Amino acid sequence: MSFPAEAAEIAVLGAGPAGLAAAVTAASAGARVALIDAGTRVGGQFWRHREGDEGVGHHDWPTLVRLRAGLSRVDVRTRHAIWHVERADGGFTVHTDRGEIACRTVIVATGAYDRQVPFPGWTLPGVYTAGGVQALVKGHGVRAGDRVVVAGTGPFLLPVAAGLVDAGAEVAGVFEAGSPAGFARSPLAVLANAGKLAEGAGYLKTLLRQRVPYRTRTAVVAAHGTDEVESVTVASLDRQWRIVPGSERTVACDTVAVGYGFTPQLELPVQLGCETRLGADGSLVAVADDRQRATTAGVYLAGEVCGVGGSALSLVEGELAGLHAALTAVGAEPNRDTVARLLRQRKSLRAFANAMHAAHPVRPGWQTWVDSGTQICRCEEVSVGTVRSAVKDLGATDARTVKLLARPGMGLCQGRVCGYATACLVAAECGREPTAADLDGVAARPIAQPVTLGDLARG
Amino acid sequence: MSECVKFSFRGQEIVAEAGQSVGAALIAAGHRSWRTTRREGAPRGVFCGIGVCFDCLVVVNGKPGRRACLTEVLPGDVVEPQEGAGRGELSC
Repeated sequence: MSFPAEAAEIAVLGAGPAGLAAAVTAASAGARVALIDAGTRVGGQFWRHREGDEGVGHHDWPTLVRLRAGLSRVDVRTRHAIWHVERADGGFTVHTDRGEIACRTVIVATGAYDRQVPFPGWTLPGVYTAGGVQALVKGHGVRAGDRVVVAGTGPFLLPVAAGLVDAGAEVAGVFEAGSPAGFARSPLAVLANAGKLAEGAGYLKTLLRQRVPYRTRTAVVAAHGTDEVESVTVASLDRQWRIVPGSERTVACDTVAVGYGFTPQLELPVQLGCETRLGADGSLVAVADDRQRATTAGVYLAGEVCGVGGSALSLVEGELAGLHAALTAVGAEPNRDTVARLLRQRKSLRAFANAMHAAHPVRPGWQTWVDSGTQICRCEEVSVGTVRSAVKDLGATDARTVKLLARPGMGLCQGRVCGYATACLVAAECGREPTAADLDGVAARPIAQPVTLGDLARG
Repeated sequence: MSECVKFSFRGQEIVAEAGQSVGAALIAAGHRSWRTTRREGAPRGVFCGIGVCFDCLVVVNGKPGRRACLTEVLPGDVVEPQEGAGRGELSC
């Protein structure tokens, strides 16, 4: 069903697990809800799928089927890229490339994307983000290459590698820079979420069946090739991720899938003035309370924007946000037992996520893999040496100033790809740990999506 | 499974599945790069695959600056590599 845009009581921004749960919950509570997403169909990155795809290779597909069925009372606006959200009289105006949507309350559920650190050769064609390789398989039925190396840190590497194997690729190795044994330090959090371990074990089984090497404390520290990647250098790492001398070896491959966890997509919360902080994984995250309220009145947050924690946590946070936003919008009192159950689930899943992050930190030793000529900013082709020089020779003491002096993060992607690494590199050059203020300095983007002058003229 | 969509890349016909992105269709056809960077003229193709990085820019039907990973391929599309910022046309 469709209703006039200006009548939307709640606009949910993002149609992944968190946004879907929020929209369906709020609509069930009687609120008029608009669900807005840039994609062709709902599901977000987690349930990214093709037309006619009925769940093969997808995790928790029945939940998507249930949520989709609940959208009958929601004004679903796919193919709408949101580029700005601003306060308006008594509410907000959501600007998209297909016009404005007015609402009283917003729920931001914009998710996250792969976090990267640079290494020599990472700009070669054939080097992809781990999420990109997964999106090609799940969204388009295309495998990125024939002989693939999967590298980085975090549990997401496992489904990516398993997905590639299922798609018929040869996976030349999975190189995990961290050490999953760190999970053992949080036994209670892990035991309370045994299903997650079973999921991981399933992926490992797929890899073992194909005799895919899985190595921990090991990283791809360089990619080689002329016009495309032809091989990588793999090395063992010490506790700080410095290369263990003599451990380097070459692995032939035509494709590399690399990801160092995820970083929340925070343009819209930052535009709205929501408070941010350093999350358990060292990424910038937005601050939400027990009702999923942001520090900005009328704004709710759900899912990875509150800290990367996976789809189960996103579903819980989405439901909490939907219930409380509906309470504000139409006075629908949420069931106390339901809220108490959701808060318990949130606590347990967040504890598991924190245990996962503790087991998969990004260690500063990656900065020893790069040389001064390694590009850190792919868009503006700014090298590590240029960034270091902005600190050493030009006197910059924070990433924001380095951005102005040396241009990392000034290109088309506006620092989405290099912002984290630049902030870490600058902090290290200044002899300190990266802070939330460092990451804030590379996160502010007044326009969240590229828009044409025509879009701007239309408002 | 799906219907086929024919488009051209560098003047050659490529067959894609309906609903695929230009980037996915090009990768499936064996192409890894279709852009050169503004400063160093270095080859680039898909990197993030989900509309974050802008590495995969391509010229579609004369319009430069299209993100191949987000642009759905349509029958008869004429796709060309993008050099630098896109042939000075920037009508996107």
